[in-house]
Amino acid sequence: MANKPELMPGTLDMLILQTLKRAPLHGYGIAQSIKRISDDVLTVEEGSLYPALQRLLLQGWVKAEWKTTDTNRRARFYTLTTAGRKQLGVEVSKFEQMVTAIGRVLRDVEEAR
Amino acid sequence: MSAMGRWLRKLGVLLSREKFSGELNEEMAFHVEQVAKEFEGIGMTPEAARYAAMRRFGNATQLRERSHEVVEFRAETVAQDIRYAVRQLRKNPGFTVTAILMLALGIGASAAIFGFVDAAMLEPLPYAQPNGLVDVAEKATVFPRSNLSRADFEDWQRMNKTLRSLDAYTGTGYLLRLGPESEPVMAGRVSDGFFHTLGVQPVLGRDFRPGEDKPGAAKVVMLAYGTWMMRFGGRRDAIGETVGLSGDPYTIVGVLPQNFVFQPRANAELWTPLGDKNGCESRRSCHDLYAVGRLRDGATVEMAQADLQQIAAELAIQYPGSNKDQGASVQPMSELIVGQVRPILLTLLAGAGLLLVIACVNVASLLLVRSESRRREIAVRGALGATPVRLVRQFVTEGLLLAAAGCGAGLLTAACLIGLLKALMPKLMLDEAPFVRNVGVNAHTALFAGGVTMLAALMLALTPVLRLALKDVHGALSEGGRGAASRFWRRMGANLVVVELTIAMVLLAGAGLLTKSLYRLLHVDVGFDAAHVATVQVMAPETFYPKSENWVHLYPAIRNRLLGLPGVQAVGITSDLPVQCNCDTDWIRIAGKPFHGEHNEVMERDANPEYLATVLKARLVEGRIFTDTDDLKHPRVTIINETMAKTYFPGEDPLGKMIGNGNLDATSMRQVVGVIADIRENALDDQAWPTEYFSIYHEPDNYFALAVRTAGDEKALLPDLVKAVRAINPNLGVNEEITLVEQIENSPTAVIHRFVTWLVGGFAATALLLGVVGLYGVVAYSVSQRTREIGVRMALGAQRSAVHRLILKEAGWLTGIGIAAGLGCSVGVGLLMKSLLFGVRSWDVPTLAGVAGVLGLFALLASFIPARRAARVNPVEALRAE
Repeated sequence: MANKPELMPGTLDMLILQTLKRAPLHGYGIAQSIKRISDDVLTVEEGSLYPALQRLLLQGWVKAEWKTTDTNRRARFYTLTTAGRKQLGVEVSKFEQMVTAIGRVLRDVEEAR
Repeated sequence: MSAMGRWLRKLGVLLSREKFSGELNEEMAFHVEQVAKEFEGIGMTPEAARYAAMRRFGNATQLRERSHEVVEFRAETVAQDIRYAVRQLRKNPGFTVTAILMLALGIGASAAIFGFVDAAMLEPLPYAQPNGLVDVAEKATVFPRSNLSRADFEDWQRMNKTLRSLDAYTGTGYLLRLGPESEPVMAGRVSDGFFHTLGVQPVLGRDFRPGEDKPGAAKVVMLAYGTWMMRFGGRRDAIGETVGLSGDPYTIVGVLPQNFVFQPRANAELWTPLGDKNGCESRRSCHDLYAVGRLRDGATVEMAQADLQQIAAELAIQYPGSNKDQGASVQPMSELIVGQVRPILLTLLAGAGLLLVIACVNVASLLLVRSESRRREIAVRGALGATPVRLVRQFVTEGLLLAAAGCGAGLLTAACLIGLLKALMPKLMLDEAPFVRNVGVNAHTALFAGGVTMLAALMLALTPVLRLALKDVHGALSEGGRGAASRFWRRMGANLVVVELTIAMVLLAGAGLLTKSLYRLLHVDVGFDAAHVATVQVMAPETFYPKSENWVHLYPAIRNRLLGLPGVQAVGITSDLPVQCNCDTDWIRIAGKPFHGEHNEVMERDANPEYLATVLKARLVEGRIFTDTDDLKHPRVTIINETMAKTYFPGEDPLGKMIGNGNLDATSMRQVVGVIADIRENALDDQAWPTEYFSIYHEPDNYFALAVRTAGDEKALLPDLVKAVRAINPNLGVNEEITLVEQIENSPTAVIHRFVTWLVGGFAATALLLGVVGLYGVVAYSVSQRTREIGVRMALGAQRSAVHRLILKEAGWLTGIGIAAGLGCSVGVGLLMKSLLFGVRSWDVPTLAGVAGVLGLFALLASFIPARRAARVNPVEALRAE
């Protein structure tokens, strides 16, 4: 774990929301999806999904319901709500602003060198 | 979602907590299972796969807690902390009970004393708008607050511009005739507006009417509530009845409220208007009144003082013979009443405060010991994911809980203590301090206890927190609970116990000084032999003994009658018994000496020959004692005390000198025929005063005291004495029967000193106990921590005596530092309470040394037990135990 980049603080919620945008998923599915799509670059301590999910539930950005999986197991599936979709937009644009800004600073430093 | 929505969801979770936990667990278990399957898919054994999955998942307990925290109300974790704290405290009943008891003692004692201070400082006067009341008196060169003369009072009342009203009061006695026997009762004589000025209204009947205090006015009387209930059965028709007071008929016009008390005349059963002027009041130079005034709106005490001073100055010009150098004294009424008790109360409050500090320190060191032994628990909780904040909160919660329990128990203790103190408080002191009757656990006391509790809680919470912050959790876990950290405890705990010992030393020194001062007070050289003397006050009604000639005949009659009682050796008759007050003074002028109208104030006492010679056994320095021929048929003579001889006849022989009044009137002239050693006429802690004695046949009075010397038990004689006097004439009032020894021991000074001494002594004893228990705890704990070290030492050949010495040396150091610091503080404290000390300096070496010795001895005892235990350590066992 040590040689992989740590997740930037505050981004976990955004990643979960983004992942749920495609389809409702259970916790394990969310972890798998993030890992797969990021080519194993972004790994989270998988358990930390759960406090984060509780946080999102409390804010009303996701909904949860118990369903059965393909393997016929009971699992809690999380769905993005309308409020969650809006929140995702806000967070993404904030994140992009930040990334752009950081990128600009980094370029500036290179040019000055 | 809105805040409201979030709140509702939290509430939903709270109501179905089981469901929430169950679902979370199921979800997380499902996740781990899936990951394990993944690992099995790449060829791991199921068991290895499960472990790998759990590692990848993270600390499940911590995650579960964090999830809970998200949806929990803040209060919920607080409730959890409290539940856990309660469980912790219940698991250690010994610790909990000890801690709560100590806190209850500390908080209770300080809250109880605070109750008294509060009542004294905040509501000293049970009257309407007490802040506007001022005490008004004259000021003489020797007396900063002296009586007013009636003429001066009337002028002041008429001429002042700063007082809405000014009213006079004085004490008097009447023979109350109810049924066959007359009984002397104490009464107050007041000007007509007195009760109106105080803002007191009668519960029954009416107040005195304006003009009722003028000479010749109809005689009316108001009853104190107690008198009405006790002597008149609380009958409403008592109003309008006529009652005989010293032979004169008085009409009862009113009854005062039950809670009415006027401290300067607290024992008054009846109140009458000033009315006719007595002998003293017809002269401007004779002072027998005090006054109470109510300030006009906007007027201050200083303005009133300046106003009355101005009037006094005008009167001094107008009447130089009587008013030269007579000024005015104005002070807030509360000052008059509380001024005396304030240093006492503050001393007691300080004592209680110190006790509280000891109690807190003791509990704090108990907590420290516990936090030491809980290091592993804390480390485990930390490793399981409890955040430092959460751990600290746990300790704070425990401290708060203990403090709260201590506060509750403390308030109960305070209520008990207040009740006890009120019961123990001498009647006399209750009269001195009328506000005491209102003391109880009230809002102020509770607020004070709450504040003190917060401070205590802070201390209790901070001690283990500081302790925790200073070391890392992981170290504790690996170390197995011994070694370096206990060094910290030893230093911290030791410092705390030094504080305890220092405070115990200070309180002990205070108690020691007060005890010695009480001893000195009771053994002051009174200049007479108090043993085997019985005394009573006698009042002869003027209706039966209208003229002084009658009184003069009464004296020998009483004397002869009493001499017939078995065991009676001598019968003394006097105007005032010894050890009373700086009262009944006279202004003198010595013939042949320069005189400029100054007030040479001396005390005047009238006595029959036996009183000085055989009853008090006064020591005659030179000249002679009175004889039976020193009567109205022979010239006036006087005997003076040594102080008077030194003051007014320095370097000369006073015998044969003539003394008179300011004008040297022929009738006032008397010759000095004797000098006696000082007899203590005023309070025990006062300076000896110049005193002149007259033969009672020259200065007869219908109110006098009998002092009877007997060969037998003087206490047993008292009832016979009363009976014998009444047998002469049933109209003679007889009361206040008391032995002379009791009289001294119950004199106000002695009573108040004794009360303070007992209380501070109680504080000191408690402090000693707590301090020594604290020391025992520290040493015992240190021994238990060092068992292995001691085992090693002994295995390497250390003698038992050496181990003994090792432990005792540690305790000795702590005690030594505590005592040394305590000695330093004690001297300071002694200086602060100088006003309460009599005949003892604040650095009285024998007291301090004795007290240090007592503390040292107890400390030695406390450390001897653990030292013995240390010396008995079996090295083999000690080492094997590791």
